[in-house]
Amino acid sequence: MPFRMIVSNLWKTYSSEEKPIEVLKGVSLSLDQGQSLALTGESGSGKSTLLHLIAGLDHPDRGDILIAGQNMVGLGQGERAALRRKSIGLIFQSFNLIPSLTVAGNLSFQARLAGRADPDWMRDLARRLGLEDLMGRYPEELSGGQQQRVAIGRALASRPPLVLADEPTGNLDEATADAVLTLLFDLIHESRSALLMVTHSDRLADRLDARVHLSAGHIDQ
Amino acid sequence: MILASLGAILSHWRRHPVQLVLLVLGLSIATALWTGVQAINAEARRSYDEAASALGADLGVIVRSDGGPLTTEDFVNVRRAGWLASPMVEADFSIGPIDVRLVGVELLTLPRGATTLDLDDAEDPGAFFQPPGQFWVNERLAAQLERQETPPLRISDEVPANTVITDIGIAQSLLGASDISRLVLSGTQPANRTPLRDFAPHLEERAATDSADVSRLTDSFHLNLTAFGLLSFVVGLFIVYASINLAFEQRRATFRTIRAVGLSARMLSLILLAELALIAVLSGMVGVILGYVIASALLPGVAATLRGLYGAAVTGELGLDPSWWAAGFGISIFGALAAGSQALYRMLRLPVLSGAHTAAWFRSFTRDLRLQTVAAVALLASAVALYWTGTGLLAGFALLGALLLGCALLLPLPLSLATLAGQKLARSPLAEWFWADTRMQLPQLSIALMALMLALATNIGVGTMVSSFRETFTGFLDQRLAAELYVDAGSNERAEAMQSDLEGRVDAVLPLWRVQARLFGEPGDIVSAADHATFRDHWPIIEGAPRVWDLVASGSAVLVNEQLARRHDLELGQTIDLPGGWRPEIAGVYSDYGNTAGQVLAGLEAMRERYPSADHSSFGLRVAEDRVGALRDEIMAQYDLPGSAIVDQASLKQLAQQAFERTFIVTGALNVLTLAVAGFALFASLASQSSMRAPQRLRSGRLGFAARR
Repeated sequence: MPFRMIVSNLWKTYSSEEKPIEVLKGVSLSLDQGQSLALTGESGSGKSTLLHLIAGLDHPDRGDILIAGQNMVGLGQGERAALRRKSIGLIFQSFNLIPSLTVAGNLSFQARLAGRADPDWMRDLARRLGLEDLMGRYPEELSGGQQQRVAIGRALASRPPLVLADEPTGNLDEATADAVLTLLFDLIHESRSALLMVTHSDRLADRLDARVHLSAGHIDQ
Repeated sequence: MILASLGAILSHWRRHPVQLVLLVLGLSIATALWTGVQAINAEARRSYDEAASALGADLGVIVRSDGGPLTTEDFVNVRRAGWLASPMVEADFSIGPIDVRLVGVELLTLPRGATTLDLDDAEDPGAFFQPPGQFWVNERLAAQLERQETPPLRISDEVPANTVITDIGIAQSLLGASDISRLVLSGTQPANRTPLRDFAPHLEERAATDSADVSRLTDSFHLNLTAFGLLSFVVGLFIVYASINLAFEQRRATFRTIRAVGLSARMLSLILLAELALIAVLSGMVGVILGYVIASALLPGVAATLRGLYGAAVTGELGLDPSWWAAGFGISIFGALAAGSQALYRMLRLPVLSGAHTAAWFRSFTRDLRLQTVAAVALLASAVALYWTGTGLLAGFALLGALLLGCALLLPLPLSLATLAGQKLARSPLAEWFWADTRMQLPQLSIALMALMLALATNIGVGTMVSSFRETFTGFLDQRLAAELYVDAGSNERAEAMQSDLEGRVDAVLPLWRVQARLFGEPGDIVSAADHATFRDHWPIIEGAPRVWDLVASGSAVLVNEQLARRHDLELGQTIDLPGGWRPEIAGVYSDYGNTAGQVLAGLEAMRERYPSADHSSFGLRVAEDRVGALRDEIMAQYDLPGSAIVDQASLKQLAQQAFERTFIVTGALNVLTLAVAGFALFASLASQSSMRAPQRLRSGRLGFAARR
């Protein structure tokens, strides 16, 4: 059965000292296998919150998040972690690599966690990402672009059906960002994964199949 | 999944080996001192039990009510009355320079179960009791006796330390007396035996609990060691707590990432628990080995102390007892879990999305500080409550523990307030940065400072205590050892003859009578005081009735030592039950430093009258100081006495002071080791701080602060 992600009527409110802040007000969207979707919006519009809710890192107040037929909202903490491990590749703006593991260790980490480590795919990934000569290095010995390439490799190493990327090039210069994104799109295209990417940049958003804009807690199609 | 996660978690240590070494060393040292103390205690208790099992302490005995020795006639009468009893002699004895406990038993009548030794030689049945007899000793004593002239040695590991077991006849001839110390009773006795009171009212039946007595007497000593071990362990735990928290804090971002890519918090906690257990087992192993080394180094001193203070025979060699090995591992794992539980709990509750900054840590420290202050106040309040309501040694230790820990936990509060004030008063950006940064380091630094404070407080406390003990003891010796010469004549008859001879040749002869007795059911002794100015002027009386020495001399009253008075709340004017139905009044209490047993001081004439068979083979001589040397030589020559039988006051004081210093060898060693642990805690903490502050310094440098500033 082809992969499909459906987010329907998602609400999220954060409490604050003054008054509760409604970040998401009934957001709905869907994403099919092989499709890429850009999520844009102003700072504080709730883009990252939506991404974290889809990844099961946070709880919505209401609504459903169906990933490959499983509703993330109804799952317990352990089950959410398992679904994330097996079906979702996460790419963060600040790379979030494990500093005590080498590039090779970081690259294969999630795949080994999911029990899907494939040495041939791992070698191919490393070659495609230009990391072949850096496999024994530690994250602190890499440039920002190199670190993000490792993070992309980690997210794709287990061939997840869904990749969630939160401003993946936000910490990179334009040229490096373009190169990294090209690699990401190529690999996503090959692996037929679905990609949901949060970005500020219209230029980057234009490179994806579709885009949705988040404003005042609502999706503007 | 588990292996991949464990690999990622453990990889931290590969990148931070010094941190791992500090953590393992901290836990090892904490475990080592605790294990060492436990090993020493276990070894001592094993020796007590061994002595009990090898010499039938579980069996009942018949002894003289007044504590004096029994005669052969007593033994014959008891047997004739139908009692199944066997004579036993027990005395201190010197074989060349080696002091041993000589135990003589009669093989033919010795009850089954009186000893675990198989003294009967199948090949030569008479070898044990036919001259020259046999000396049963353990291997260690056999090695010491190798060059001494003794009957053939039989080696058995079941013979207690420093003990020689031989036939009673051989023991009596060696001791030069036909006395019997006690009659050991068979476990089952004929129902128709005649009660002792009908034919020998001066004898009484007792459940022999020598080993239990020794255990009880030495309990405070072992509790003392345990308290020190516990203190070192707590100080060590501070290091471990600091190291574990630092390691968790440094990996907070890693934990977040690992959870984000799909590991549940529960699984991560289990993996971290496994990591802690792994480190604890490794540290436990190092700690137990270190503990063994420490215990081996300290045990001879402990054995000497226990022998000197309580007469308890403890072997100076350490066995490999699996129980304290297990205890060492147990305490290491417990320590690691106790120190890491807070960090683990925080990790379990950590939201995947929360930040991983020192500031976040500091905020949690501020929250913890409130709790810590409440705990400190509660501990100090319980110390006050214990001061007013607690009694006994254990309550004393609990009071000290609560006081020390309460003060230690309170320490971060003034530090926090001081740095806050510094920050508020700072005018230059550099000073502002300095105070803010120092304040941020408080969570880590205050733990090491708490450890150091605990150790320093103990060190100063113990140092002051020992020096004040020493001062008191020296003063006490000056009062108690007033006679210039002390003579051990070897027997009562000889002592009496010598005393008559020496009357007129010295300023005064002070006969010393001594009876071993049960005082309030516990072993103690009654000693004599001659009616002489020596006692009246020098004896260290703490509390006395008017004309106390007249009352003692008249035989209507006695003095009791401080230990006996305090233990049983004795008051002046109260009567005390002494052997032989004597119930004199208590006319005073005197200090009796270093004696753990109860003691009664009675008038010489009363002693002669009440306990005519008491040991009075020793006596003191008052003589002008310039005549001491000459008189000593004269007595030795005239009565053919060995040098060890006549001791002058100065030598006796020196011996007593040596024994005193030996008593505190172990305390001193543990004191230094605890301080070393705390010093190590501070070093470990500062080393970690330094590495964590390196990026800060770099940033400050970039902002224009000169590195030297």
